[in-house]
Amino acid sequence: MKFGVVVFPGSNCDQDMIYVLRNILKQEVVELWHKDHNLHNADFIVLPGGFSYGDYLRSGAIARFSPIMSEVMEFADKGGYLFGVCNGFQILCEAGLVPGALLRNTELKFSCKNVFIKAENKDTLLTSAVPKNKALRIPIAHGEGSYFADAAVLRKMNENGQILFRYCEENGQVTPESNPNGSLENIAGVCNDRKNVFGMMPHPERASDSVLHNSDGLLIFNSLLSLVTS
Amino acid sequence: MKYRAEIDVMPLKALLDPQGKAVTGSMKNLGLAEIKNIRIGKHITLEIDATTKDEAQKKVDEACKKLLCNQIMEFYEFEIFEN
Repeated sequence: MKFGVVVFPGSNCDQDMIYVLRNILKQEVVELWHKDHNLHNADFIVLPGGFSYGDYLRSGAIARFSPIMSEVMEFADKGGYLFGVCNGFQILCEAGLVPGALLRNTELKFSCKNVFIKAENKDTLLTSAVPKNKALRIPIAHGEGSYFADAAVLRKMNENGQILFRYCEENGQVTPESNPNGSLENIAGVCNDRKNVFGMMPHPERASDSVLHNSDGLLIFNSLLSLVTS
Repeated sequence: MKYRAEIDVMPLKALLDPQGKAVTGSMKNLGLAEIKNIRIGKHITLEIDATTKDEAQKKVDEACKKLLCNQIMEFYEFEIFEN
């Protein structure tokens, strides 16, 4: 499978993402410069973390209008798989490719630490290989990660199985204390209603190599490989 | 004709504004505890060439809707002035 990782000015998790996809998952990866208009026939597009355009105006707001985004949006519209992590998730929200928005963390701090998340269901490509009740230890690193959507949208997302991950305790319990940023309903990751566009604030690419003594993120990446085998 | 727009982008009233809340809290330290409900947004100014004020209005509105404001979390108000 060929992954395309989009590089925006200010992306800083692109190389970690490429390393995991290329060296750990052993897949073909192509870097996609944001000014290009060519996805190079990638089967799966990733928007990596970072601070695209310095987070000016709002995180992800300017990157969402980068030249390559018109092709990325067309790709997703045709059913192509698209995955945004951290700033990538913020860009997806700004582009309206997934519902909701990411607000300033309620504690106003940039939060950089390991947290626990658990997958809500196994019915999406991104969570298909993640055990349902296992709490995954995955790092977060963001200042604007407080997930918000209005009550009607949130209800529809819950009904439609669009909540991918929730912040939880190590034992898997979803509690207010385990919510690191004030996200509604402890939401850490969501998908669109067609379930081909995925976004999450935690960084699985920073937890996918055994040398880091944490490879819980691999459960998420291994889920993607079901595309290769199927 | 050159026009100038003065735009305010504010967090939606229903949303917690953590920044405004923190600044409200600091008013006590100034001895100004009677100041409440500070909310912090953005003030944006821009210049625009348009044949009429109405045209300028429409274009600024489009800029607000598409980029300057995210209506999921913010609302905007603006005024147009002849430059």
